[in-house]
Amino acid sequence: MAHGPATLADGWRAYISRWVFTTNHKDIGTLYLWFSFSMFLLGGAFAMVIRAELFQPGMQLIRPEFFNQMTTMHGLVMVFGAIMPAFVGLANWMIPLMIGAPDMALPRMNNLSFWILPFAFAILTSTLFMEGGGPNFGWTFYAPLSTTYAPESVNFFIFAIHIMGASSIMGSINIIATVMNMRAPGMTYMKMPLFVWTWVITAFLLVAVMPVLAGAVTMMLMDINFGTSFFDAAGGGDPVLFQHVFWFFGHPEVYIIILPAFGVVSQIIPTFSRKPLFGYSSMVYATAAIAFLSFIVWAHHMFTVGMPIAGELYFMYATMLIAVPTGVKVFNWITTMYKGSLTFETPMLFSIAFVILFTFGGFTGLMLSIAAADMQYHDTYFVVAHFHYVMVAGAVFSGTAAIYYWLPKWCGKMYNETMGQVQFWVAFIGFNIAFMPQHFLGLAGMPRRYADYGLQFADWNMVSSIGAFIYGGAQLMLLYNVIMTIRNGKPTTEEKTWEGAEGLEWTVPSPAPYHTFATPPELK
Amino acid sequence: MLKRAQALFLSLLSLVVLLPIAGSALAESSASQLNMPQGVTEVSQAAYDIHMIMIWVCTVIGIGVFGFMFYVMYAHRKSRGAVAENFHEHLGVELLWTIVPTIILIVMAFPATTALLKVYDTDNPDIEIKITGYQWKWQYEYLGEGVKFMSELRTSDDEVYGRAPKGEHYLREVTEPLVLPVGKKVRFLVTGNDVIHSWWVPDFGVKRDAVPGLFTAGWAKTDKPGVYVGECTELCGQGHAFMPVVVEVKEEAEYNAWLANKKAEAVEYASTIGKEWTAEELMTKGEGVYLQSCAGCHQADGNGIPGVFPAIKGSPIALGPQIGHIAVLIDGVPGSAMQSFADQLSEVNIAAVIHYQRNAWGNDVGDVTQPIDVLNYKQSK
Repeated sequence: MAHGPATLADGWRAYISRWVFTTNHKDIGTLYLWFSFSMFLLGGAFAMVIRAELFQPGMQLIRPEFFNQMTTMHGLVMVFGAIMPAFVGLANWMIPLMIGAPDMALPRMNNLSFWILPFAFAILTSTLFMEGGGPNFGWTFYAPLSTTYAPESVNFFIFAIHIMGASSIMGSINIIATVMNMRAPGMTYMKMPLFVWTWVITAFLLVAVMPVLAGAVTMMLMDINFGTSFFDAAGGGDPVLFQHVFWFFGHPEVYIIILPAFGVVSQIIPTFSRKPLFGYSSMVYATAAIAFLSFIVWAHHMFTVGMPIAGELYFMYATMLIAVPTGVKVFNWITTMYKGSLTFETPMLFSIAFVILFTFGGFTGLMLSIAAADMQYHDTYFVVAHFHYVMVAGAVFSGTAAIYYWLPKWCGKMYNETMGQVQFWVAFIGFNIAFMPQHFLGLAGMPRRYADYGLQFADWNMVSSIGAFIYGGAQLMLLYNVIMTIRNGKPTTEEKTWEGAEGLEWTVPSPAPYHTFATPPELK
Repeated sequence: MLKRAQALFLSLLSLVVLLPIAGSALAESSASQLNMPQGVTEVSQAAYDIHMIMIWVCTVIGIGVFGFMFYVMYAHRKSRGAVAENFHEHLGVELLWTIVPTIILIVMAFPATTALLKVYDTDNPDIEIKITGYQWKWQYEYLGEGVKFMSELRTSDDEVYGRAPKGEHYLREVTEPLVLPVGKKVRFLVTGNDVIHSWWVPDFGVKRDAVPGLFTAGWAKTDKPGVYVGECTELCGQGHAFMPVVVEVKEEAEYNAWLANKKAEAVEYASTIGKEWTAEELMTKGEGVYLQSCAGCHQADGNGIPGVFPAIKGSPIALGPQIGHIAVLIDGVPGSAMQSFADQLSEVNIAAVIHYQRNAWGNDVGDVTQPIDVLNYKQSK
C-alpha cells in the first residue's frame, strides 16, 4: 500500500486536505453519506415546521408566504440533497467493493462531483435569508408562479439546480464507466450484485433526464431575465409546456430515487433469508422495464391540465403497466424469503417494512393511475401520502437498512442491535401515524400545500403531526446509533459480518482497508 | 364528541391492523369523513365507483401477498429451526406472476376507460359558465347572460390568525357563491388570469386546472339542491389555501329569480358610473375594497412587504398624476405580480380604491377619482 489516509494525529491541515482533495471512493462515499444525512436533518427540520403549523387550523407560527417556502425547500432538499446523494454515497462505497475494482473509474471527477454539492445547497438555503424569501413555488416549480410571480431569489435557485444537475451527471458517468470497465475478471454483467445493476440503470436515467431539468430551468431563466416567453401565455408561450418538460424529468426522477433502494433491499433480504435472491435475471429485466416505462408515463402527473382524452387514455394505460414489473420485484423478494432461514436484525426489519410499505404505496399509485379517479385525488393529501409511502418508506427505509447493514464493514464496529431495533419500531410506527391519516385527509378533500385548512380536517392533521414528530425523533436516534457505533461500538474484524451475506464486499477485512482489490480478486 | 373520539380511536386502530380495509369500512359508518365522497353527479359517482373497485382489488391482492409474507415470516424463521433451501428461480411462477397481473390490469382498464369517457362528456350543455382563477379568488361569468362576479373568501384575517374564534364555516365561506339550477347540464370553462389555479368541487367530481391562456372544460348536472364546497388545488402563491369554491344548487324557479335579480343589478350599476361621488363616499368604499383586494400583498397599512410587494404609502405612483395610477390598476404591471384589475373590480370600486390609496396613511394628494375617469381611461384603450 502506498500510504494510509491522514488522520487527526497528522494535524488538522493534513486531515482537512485529505477530505478536500481525496480521490478515494471510500472517502468520497463517506463524504456523500454525511452530507446527505445533514441535508436529511435540514429537510426534516423544514418538515417539522410544516407539521407544527398544520397541527391546528389557523395560522399560529408562520405566515402562508413562509409556509410555501418551507414546503418547497423541504421537497427540494429531501429529493436533491438527502436521498439522491445518499445513494450516490452508497454507490461510491459499495460498487467498487462489489465488482472487485480498486476504485471508481474517474476519481478526480468523483471528487469534483461531490464538492460542488455543498455549494449548491449553500446557495439554495441562503435564499431563505434574501429579501423576498426563498423559492415558494413548490418543488415542482410550475411556471408562471416560478417565473413572472417568483421572488428574486429564483435566479439563485436556478443556479443551484444547475450545479446539482452537473454533480448528478458526473456521478452517473463515473458509475457507468466504473461498471463497464472495472469489473474483476469473471464478473460478467449477469453476475453483478443487484445493487450494481439497479445503479447502472439509474445512472443511465440520470444522464438522460438531468439535462432536461437543466433545460427547464434555463428556459425559466430566459423568461425571467431575457424577455422570452416559453411559459408565458401573454407572449405566445404555454405554461403547460413547463409541466411536460418538468415531468419528463420528474417521472424518471422518482425511479432514480427508488431503483437503488430496490438494489439495497435485494442485497439485504437474501442475506437474512440465508438463501440466494429469487429470480435474479427477472429482477434485472424488471428494473430495466421500469426504467423504460418511466420515460413514457410523465403526463399522469397532469391529468387535470386539460389534455385531450386520447392523451389521458394513453398515459393511464401506460402508467397501469408499471404495476407489472414492480409486482414482479415484490413477488421475488417474498419468494426469496420463502423457505429461507429468516432472522430479523435491524437491516432486515427495515427491508421488510420497505416491502410492505412500498407495496402499499404501489397500490395507491395504481389507484392514482386511473385518470377518472385521479380527478378527485390529484393535488390532495392522498398524493402526499402516496409519494411519502414510496419515497420515505421506500428510499429512506432502504437507505437506513443499508446503513445498519454495511456500517460494520465501513467502520469495523458493530452497532447495538437493541438500539437498532428500537429505532426501527419508533420509525415504523411514527411513519404510519404521520402518513396513513393523510390518505383520509386527501380523500375527504384536503388539497396539498395548504397552509391552513377547514375545521373538518383538524383531527387527522393533529394525528399526522404527532406521527411526524415521532418519525423526526427516530432520525435523531439513527444519528445517535451511528455515532455511538463509531465511537464505542464493539469491534468486529471478521470479513463476513452477516452469516448469510454473499458477495465480494464480504471478502475484504472489516473495516474495509483504505485501498482494496489492488489486484483483482479471483471469482469462483 | 364521544362519537368523534370513537371514530378517531377506531381509525387509529386501523393504522395498526391493515389499512385500506378498515379505512373503507369505517368510511361508511363514522362521522369524520375518511373516504372519497360519492357526490351528486354522474361524474363523481363514476369516480367513486372506480375508486372503490380499485380499493377492493388492491385489498384482495394485498391480503394475499402480505398474508403469504407474514406466513413465511412466521414459518421459516431460523429460531423455529428453519433450514434454508437453495432454489432461486422457477420459470413457471415467474411467468404466472407477470401474466396474471397483466390480465387483471387489462380487465380494470375497461371500467377505467368508461369512467374517463364520462368525465370528458362535456357536449351539449344547457348553461355555460366561464371560471377564471385570480390570485386569490374566482370569477364566475354566466356566458350569454351578462352576469359576472367575483367570489372571494369571507373568513376574516382575525379568525385565521387566532384573534377571533373560528366560525362554523371557517375557510368554507365566500362573498358570493356560484349559483346553479338543478337538472341542467352545466359546462365549466376554466382558465387562469395570472398563475395556474385549479377549480375543484369534490361533490361534482370536477377538478380542472385554470391555466392562463388555455380553457379546460368540465361539466356537472345534479338533481340535489344544496351547498357544495370545494377548493383551489394548484399551488398559486400565499393565498392558495384561502380561495375556496362554494356552489349553491337551487331549484330552477329560485335560480331564475336569482339570475333575473343579478341582471337587474348589473343594469342598475351601469347607471351609477356616471354619478358624481363625494370624497367621503369614495374613501369609505375604497377602504373596504382595499382591504379585500389589495391588502393581501400591499398590507393594510400600505407599507407592502419589502422586496416582494412595493409600498403604496409614499409611492411615486400614488403621489403622481392620477392617470398613471389608473393605468397601473387597469393594465397591471407586466412581469410582476401586479395584475390588471380591469375585469376584477367595477369602475366604481377601482375609482374608490384609487381615491383611498391617494388619500390614506399620509398620502395626501387631495384629488378625487371618479368612476367616469376610470371608464374613460378604459375606453381610450
